[in-house]
Amino acid sequence: MHELGIMTGVMASAREAAEGAGAERLLGVTLSVGEMTEAIEDALHFAFEALCEGDSYFEGAQLTVNMIAPKSRCLECGNEFQHDRFHLFCPACDSFATELICGRELQIDSIEVDLPDDEEESGACPST
Amino acid sequence: MPQHIDLKQPILDKNDRMAGELRQRFADAGVYVLDLLASPGSGKTSTILATIDALRDEFNIAVIEGDIASSVDAEKIKAQGTAAVQINTGGACHLESAMIRRAVDVLDLDRLDLIIIENVGNLVCPTDFDLGENAKAMILSVPEGHDKPLKYPGVFQVSDAIILNKADTMPVFDFDEEAFTSSVSQLNPGAPVFKISATKGDGVDAWASWLAERIREAQRQ
Repeated sequence: MHELGIMTGVMASAREAAEGAGAERLLGVTLSVGEMTEAIEDALHFAFEALCEGDSYFEGAQLTVNMIAPKSRCLECGNEFQHDRFHLFCPACDSFATELICGRELQIDSIEVDLPDDEEESGACPST
Repeated sequence: MPQHIDLKQPILDKNDRMAGELRQRFADAGVYVLDLLASPGSGKTSTILATIDALRDEFNIAVIEGDIASSVDAEKIKAQGTAAVQINTGGACHLESAMIRRAVDVLDLDRLDLIIIENVGNLVCPTDFDLGENAKAMILSVPEGHDKPLKYPGVFQVSDAIILNKADTMPVFDFDEEAFTSSVSQLNPGAPVFKISATKGDGVDAWASWLAERIREAQRQ
């Protein structure tokens, strides 16, 4: 869809969280993306690389995208099953009355950051 | 020193939170909001005009028009005597809740029963964006072909109702209605399909009755 727009939002959230933690640099971002959304994995990577280029805070950062396969539960027989984007009926009882359990995720799972390691354990240092 | 930070934060968090605020505002004012999705040229504006015609005696209606540029559509709606706000996305392929909030600020919500949002003509991008609406509906027009559910499954899945417009042109375009309804029922078994010809008025009553019933139900709560 508009992976560049999505990734711009991801980068802003990642930067905010990383800076909030006092990080000097962002090393990586991990996303979960459901296959039932309109976001394409390749386009997300392309947008990420384009946005990292020339930005010293993001330079060299890695993007990991976990694609989530859709899964539904049958409301008639309770069967839980994986499926593709097109066939959502229950393979056990052929019912069309099913609900999606996962597959529409668009989430930032975590980030990896580089924290300054000059912590000299000021003040309440327990050693000695 | 590398460190891992868990976020578990929805990517569209900002949009979704604003959509939630809008949904509350609409509910407080007793306004039902329909987000209408379709391709360019499928007859969105004609369908909206026909829908307004069918419902204007019972409900006060306003339209939010989303287009990349121009106010052509809003002018058409206004010419019929209905309030219309034009949003120009300036190239963006979908509407977001921040744009809806700006449009809603110029409407008098307390005097309205129904807002129809005409989203940007696009079967892909608007699918993932919550605008605070009560329902999404989509229009497919016959000339686009009966195979569209197979090509754009997302929009058929998120829609609460599916309108098949320009139904009178079926013989000309060799439209396989059975193949179309069978694909739709696999993707979204609960959604009703309304066959209409917006400019002629055929089939509009059934669609308008469905919508009217949903509005009444929402207003009773």
